Amino acid sequence: MMAGRRKWLQLGVLAALIVLLPLFFPSGYYYRVGALIFVNALSVVGLVILIGYAGQISLGHAGFAGIGAYACALAPQHLGLHPGLAMLLGALISGVVALLIGRPILRLKGYYLAVATLGFGILMSMVLTNERALTGGPDGMSVEDLGLRAMLRELGWRLSGGEMWYGVSGIALLIGAWVALNLLDSPSGRAMRALHGSEIAASTVGIDIARQKLRAFVISAVYASIAGSLLALQNGFITPDVAGFMHSIEMVTMAVLGGVGSVFGGILGAAILTFLPQLLTVFAEYEQLVLGAVMILVMIFLPQGLLPSIGRRIGRKGE
Amino acid sequence: MNTTINMPLAGVMALAALTGAAQAEIRLGASVSASGPAAFLGDPEGKTLEMMVELINEAGGINGEEIALTLYDDGGDPNKARTFATRLVEDDEVVAIIGGSTTGTTMSILDVAEDEGIPFISLAGAISIIDPVREYVFKTPHTDRMACEKIFADMQEQGISKIGMISGTDGFGASMQAQCKEVAGDHGIEILADETYGPQDADMTPQLTRIRDTEGVQAVLNPGFGQGPAIVTRNVAQLGFEIPLYQSHGVASNAFIELTGKEAAEGVRLPGTALLIGDLLSEDDPQYQVVTDYIAAYKAKYDQDPSTFAGYAHDAMALMTDAIARAGGEDPSAIRDALEQTSGFVGTTGTYTFTPEDHLGLDQSAFRMLEITDGGWKQVD
Repeated sequence: MMAGRRKWLQLGVLAALIVLLPLFFPSGYYYRVGALIFVNALSVVGLVILIGYAGQISLGHAGFAGIGAYACALAPQHLGLHPGLAMLLGALISGVVALLIGRPILRLKGYYLAVATLGFGILMSMVLTNERALTGGPDGMSVEDLGLRAMLRELGWRLSGGEMWYGVSGIALLIGAWVALNLLDSPSGRAMRALHGSEIAASTVGIDIARQKLRAFVISAVYASIAGSLLALQNGFITPDVAGFMHSIEMVTMAVLGGVGSVFGGILGAAILTFLPQLLTVFAEYEQLVLGAVMILVMIFLPQGLLPSIGRRIGRKGE
Repeated sequence: MNTTINMPLAGVMALAALTGAAQAEIRLGASVSASGPAAFLGDPEGKTLEMMVELINEAGGINGEEIALTLYDDGGDPNKARTFATRLVEDDEVVAIIGGSTTGTTMSILDVAEDEGIPFISLAGAISIIDPVREYVFKTPHTDRMACEKIFADMQEQGISKIGMISGTDGFGASMQAQCKEVAGDHGIEILADETYGPQDADMTPQLTRIRDTEGVQAVLNPGFGQGPAIVTRNVAQLGFEIPLYQSHGVASNAFIELTGKEAAEGVRLPGTALLIGDLLSEDDPQYQVVTDYIAAYKAKYDQDPSTFAGYAHDAMALMTDAIARAGGEDPSAIRDALEQTSGFVGTTGTYTFTPEDHLGLDQSAFRMLEITDGGWKQVD
């Protein structure tokens, strides 16, 4: 009962932030940054389930973002599918791919798992780069418009592209966070956290370890895929960079920075690492330096990530 | 957290808007790939834009108003490029945008420019940027297709009709390979062998041996940039090819000759711009003045030769400032109209004439067929 109330309180705060922040936006550009934060946060919430709940690492999740993004670009063109349905198709494909490769890959542990997932990510990005006839190669391809803005306009609701995507991505993030929090409280979520603590202990109390790992892997793949789709639809243009190695690393970094064990920590990490580079454009040459320094300092002084560590300090003061 | 940052930010912005109005300046925006895999394009482009704004302001600006340039580095990432384009339009309130070093970043920026009605000059090669014509989008580099046509026309003159191609699989090489194959037939050129190599490969001897062993090949064409073409050129010399080697405009720089070595580079032909042979241009060449002025200014400031890609940025800035001067104001749609009426404007890349149907404005004459002799360049057409 308590946990349930706390969950709704947290979601309420997130929703209030999403709704109220635009009141302070000095220009339309902040809607774009906000939308990017929400999209990144969505894929990071997926990683929180995989890394934070189930304790498995993945350095190849951008591969699933690539599947989602290119599904939105290719399915409308070749299958005549509506881009919205293409997003669901992409999520389905990502889920199935994760299921197929997750079975053998998740037998691995630690470094070996990291390298295997890394391999998957690189493979995806190579396919997207080299299958020129289908994907347009490194030059990328354009993505059909979702048609949502025109629809809203007909209903008498005139929104700029930035405002609309801020809203759509914000709603997607709220749903994603809600699902993740529900999962945490479900038997499955408890099983995942148990195997994170100790696989042997978890298996002795009757938890099917392989099954729970696979479940976390598939769910997080679907999150990354939907985030990739939203990014493709928002940008209207997509290149293989979306599936690139750097994108995978970015996702993991966001999750770890904010606090990989907590959904809202992940969201905070995504917000910081999306907004900070925009803030640092003034010192373009030192941008990487500052980002690196922030990461190192957080890892040394707040090893649990920003939100959990800060939360604990505040909690301790309260006692 | 955001709220505390944005509140004072809003105040500062309002203040900046006030002082800006008092000072009267023309705000231009640019996003280039100054870092990342496309830095060899974006770095000289960014340097050129900054240098030109300095020079223009020193000379009194446009119609007495100074230019304020906001320059972002998108690192070659289309997603970042779109964010920066949005920022330039919405937050920095620029009247025009230059940039998009790669096709990917350009395609992301042009959506924003079209949506918001801001004139945009791209620095990328692909034909899809200006075909179909988009109202607010222009570009300065010639297309890969034009480079192919120039090379094939030269081959025809030499009586060559059967060739072997070896292309890089990077964005540039792959795009040009596809374009060349499309137009080869129009020039009566038959491609007998079609080999590729990865951008990191260190030896192309096997592919070149296959081309040499193909019956009837009269010339080799190598679309690509970076180290690949230099290795191909060296391998061709090592294998003792007796047929001519054609390179693309992607390697049109003195660095290419240094990388290849004088002996191996001897006799290589490629299409280049006037910028490359600045010191060889005769004084009555229409491009003489603009090319030599630009090279001198760039060398004085950065102590190195400007590349062909830097020239694209030079022309974009020159065209844009010319259009703003003729538009006589800061209304983006007036600037766009002035830009489209540009006629006979001499740049480092060629002479530009925009029309409502043509937002590239260059023709084949912009390319000069060059041959490497004695470690230098010689114009052969």
